[in-house]
Amino acid sequence: MVEQPAPQRTPPADPTGPRATAEPRPTADPTVAATDPDVDLHLPAQRAELRAHPALLLGVIAAGGALGACARYGAALAWPTHPGGFGWTTVAVNTVGCAAIGMLMALVRATRLAHPLARPFLGTGILGGFTTFSTYAVDVDGHLDDGRPLTALAALALTPAAALAAVWAATAVTRGLLARCGERRRGERRR
Amino acid sequence: MSWLLVILGAAVGAPLRYLTDRAVQARHDSPLPWGTLTVNTAASAVLGLITGAVGAGAASTRVALLVGTGLCGALSTYSTLSYETLRLIEDGHRRLAALTAAASLLAGIGAAAVGVTLARALWG
Repeated sequence: MVEQPAPQRTPPADPTGPRATAEPRPTADPTVAATDPDVDLHLPAQRAELRAHPALLLGVIAAGGALGACARYGAALAWPTHPGGFGWTTVAVNTVGCAAIGMLMALVRATRLAHPLARPFLGTGILGGFTTFSTYAVDVDGHLDDGRPLTALAALALTPAAALAAVWAATAVTRGLLARCGERRRGERRR
Repeated sequence: MSWLLVILGAAVGAPLRYLTDRAVQARHDSPLPWGTLTVNTAASAVLGLITGAVGAGAASTRVALLVGTGLCGALSTYSTLSYETLRLIEDGHRRLAALTAAASLLAGIGAAAVGVTLARALWG
């Protein structure tokens, strides 16, 4: 698989001259936020990570994915959904996973020392393996198929609403806590 | 045994999502998260097919655990989708965020329905 370097989404104002405008400028700034927590090729470190250590990276993602999927399977065994019933367990799993990705990405963005395998293992692996879109889609389809259009509509709307609320709230709370920690640390240094 | 099947399926599904997302982004640079849309739609179609096959008695629960719970569950993701949607909203792309959500839901549910229908046509 030959991967072309992804062009910058917004060309940066570059002081280093015309040469840099011909190719995407590798911004090594870790505070530049990833848009896609699985992998964002706009970030040079993530563009290079697969070529740098492919077996380790894919192994870490596979291990995380297996752990996440086991947690989801365990939840499905502990709180089973009866045939034709509302898939509350999947809604809960996806909501928890979305809150966790909000927390994780805020932490990865703020802590410059985050290990390069933290996002692949925790975000791409564990949380990606824990949450699931396919079960959600098949659930909605099943309610439609069985002639329960209102349940289908509720299932259709509930997960995205809960998922977005969870990721937003978790991101805001984590950023707020990190900002407060930073202020306290600066205050201590001044004393 | 069932746990092992889930582990095996997920150990393939999660790296497959990563590699697919990379491949899609490398070929198609866009603010819309096409990579996530691709894996979620594909996983929904396959899970629809497996669910239909199990319903028709053509597939065992083992296949459902390996391919459905393990592979499709780990190939598809809600956490990535919701974070990408949040980032689009934060960057001021509210319309793109709404479009992403609508396209993901329509494509995923449509793909699941196609999978179930195909399974019924094949084994029903």
